[in-house]
Amino acid sequence: MIDPEARYLRTHEWAKDEGRGIFAVGLSSYALEQLGDIVYLELPEEGDTVEQGGTFGVVESVKAASDLYAPLGGEIVEVNQAAVDNPDMLKEDPYEEGWLIKIKASNPSEFEDLMDAKEYKQFLETEAE
Amino acid sequence: MPYISHTDQQRAQMLAEIGLKPEDLFSDIPPALWCRPLNLPEGLSEQEVRSRLAAIASKNYIHLTCFLGGGFYDHFIPAAVYALTSRSEFYTAYTPYQPEVSQGTLQAIYEFQSVICRLTEMEASNASLYDGGTALYEAMMMALRLTRRNKVIVDDSVNPIYRVMLHSYTRNLKIELTETENAGGLANREAIRRALDEQTAAVIVQNPNFFGCIDDFTDLAEAAHSKGALLIVSCYPISLGILKAPGAMGADIVTGEGQSLGLPMCFGGPYLGFMATRKEYVRQMPGRIVGQTVDAQGRRGFVLTLQAREQHIRRDKATSNICSNEALCALTALVYLCLLGKEGLRETAQLCADKASYAYQRLTAIPGVRPHFPAQWFFNEMVLDLPCEAAEAAAKLIERGYAAGFPLSRYYKGMNNSLLIAVTEKRTKQEIGMLAEELEAIL
Repeated sequence: MIDPEARYLRTHEWAKDEGRGIFAVGLSSYALEQLGDIVYLELPEEGDTVEQGGTFGVVESVKAASDLYAPLGGEIVEVNQAAVDNPDMLKEDPYEEGWLIKIKASNPSEFEDLMDAKEYKQFLETEAE
Repeated sequence: MPYISHTDQQRAQMLAEIGLKPEDLFSDIPPALWCRPLNLPEGLSEQEVRSRLAAIASKNYIHLTCFLGGGFYDHFIPAAVYALTSRSEFYTAYTPYQPEVSQGTLQAIYEFQSVICRLTEMEASNASLYDGGTALYEAMMMALRLTRRNKVIVDDSVNPIYRVMLHSYTRNLKIELTETENAGGLANREAIRRALDEQTAAVIVQNPNFFGCIDDFTDLAEAAHSKGALLIVSCYPISLGILKAPGAMGADIVTGEGQSLGLPMCFGGPYLGFMATRKEYVRQMPGRIVGQTVDAQGRRGFVLTLQAREQHIRRDKATSNICSNEALCALTALVYLCLLGKEGLRETAQLCADKASYAYQRLTAIPGVRPHFPAQWFFNEMVLDLPCEAAEAAAKLIERGYAAGFPLSRYYKGMNNSLLIAVTEKRTKQEIGMLAEELEAIL
C-alpha cells in the first residue's frame, strides 16, 4: 500500500504537504510490514529541529531498533502522542492516523527531492529483487 | 606453552603458502604502535609460581579485625551462599547471549530484579551493573537523557570515589557538575535548593551517606521534582532492612553497591552495582532486563526484554556500553537475600545498628575522642575525631591487629583527625571493647 499523495525517502519515511509549509511525516506500510511487531517509538519533542536526512527518532521492534530519518529539515511542530502510546496503530493506518511528527519545513522545496509514489513503487520492486 | 598450538615452523609454512612474511600481517599498523619486547622475567614452573604468589599473599594483613567501611562492608556470608552459587549450572562468568536456552539463569536474574525492587521500593530494576560507582554514573546519564538537561547537583557526602568517577567519566561531555558542601553531616538543603534550576537534570544524594549519617530525602525529592529534575539516591542495601526505602522518599532512580549482599571483600571486585527506577523511565534504564512471559502453550517463561537498545544490537546508540556485571554476583546477592529472608535482613540491619551504637558509646568514652557530627543519626558507620592524626592512629592499630577505620583526610579537607569507623553484625562485643582499649592505649 502506497499513498499516492505522499513522497518518500529510500529509508521508507513518507512526507505529506499539509499546506503553510507544514509536512506530516510517517513510515510507509512496506517498512512497517518489514519491522514486525513495533514495541516502542522514540520521537523528538515539539520545538526540536532536524535536518533533511537527519535522524529524528527510533522505531523499535522486538528484535531490532531502527533510526527514523527526516524527509525534510525544519522545526518539529507536532508529535503524534497517540502513536507513542500505542505503536500498534501505525500498521492500521500508516498514512493518516499513524503519522509520527509534523515538521515546519525551513526549505519546503526539499519536498521535491523525495520520490513520488510511482518512483517509490519502482524502488520497492528493485529492493525486492 | 604458547596459547596457539601451531609451531613457528607451521606458521611460516602457512604464510609461505600465501606468499607472506610474518611482519606483513601487521603492515597496516604503524610501526611506532607495534608491541615492543616486554621487560618480563622468564617463565616459572607451576610450583615456583605457587610459592611466589603465596609469599606475596602472606604480606597481606588478612587476620585484622575489620572496622573498615566506606562503601564495602565485612558482613557474614552463610556457607550456603557459596554452595548454591558454585553449582555448575550457575557457575559461568557472564550474562547469557542466547537467553532463551538459559531459562534458569534468566529466572535467577528476574528474581534478582524482584528483590532489588522490593528492597528499594521501586518499580523496575535491571539485571545489575558493574559496581556501585558505575551504577551511579549510569543513573546520572539516564537522568540527563530523560530530562534533556545538562546540569547535575551532587552532595559532597556521596562516596568520594563515586564522585571522582562521575567527574572523570564525563570530563569530555557538556555537563555541569555542581558539588554542594554537606551541612553538619547531612545534605545541604539550602545549597541544593539554591543550585536547583530549570537546567538541572538530577540531584544526587546518598543514604546512609559517606559519613554514615542517615537522612530522609523526601523534601529534596519534592524540591527536585518542582523544577522538573530527578532525585537519584545511592544506598547501602543492608541498611534498607530497617531504614526508609529511597522509593518511599520519592526517589526516581536508586543505585547502590551490592557487595554487602553475600559478596566477600576482595581488593576491588568483582562487585555488583544495582539500579532500580520507576516504570515510566524503564526505556532509558541501561543494561539488560529480564521479563516474565508465557510461551505458545501458556507455560511461564523468561526472556530478555527491551534488548533492541542493547549494545549487541545497536552498539553506537546503546543506552550504555559498560552496563554488564558478572551475573554470578547478582545471583550471589539473590541467594543471600533469599537465605536471610525479610526478617533475617531486618535482624542483620538491626544488629549492625545496635553494635555500632555500642561502639560509639565505648569509643566516645575515650578521653579526647569525639563524634564529628554529634547531632546526626547514623546506621552502622560513624566519623569520630581523635586527638591525633587519624591516619597515624590507624597505622598503629594495624600493628595491633585492628583495621580501625578509614582516615577521611584523603578525601575531605580539614578532617585530618577524623576516622570513619564501620561496625557490622560480625563484630563481637569483645572485639569492639578490644578496639576501644587498643585505641585508648595508643592515644
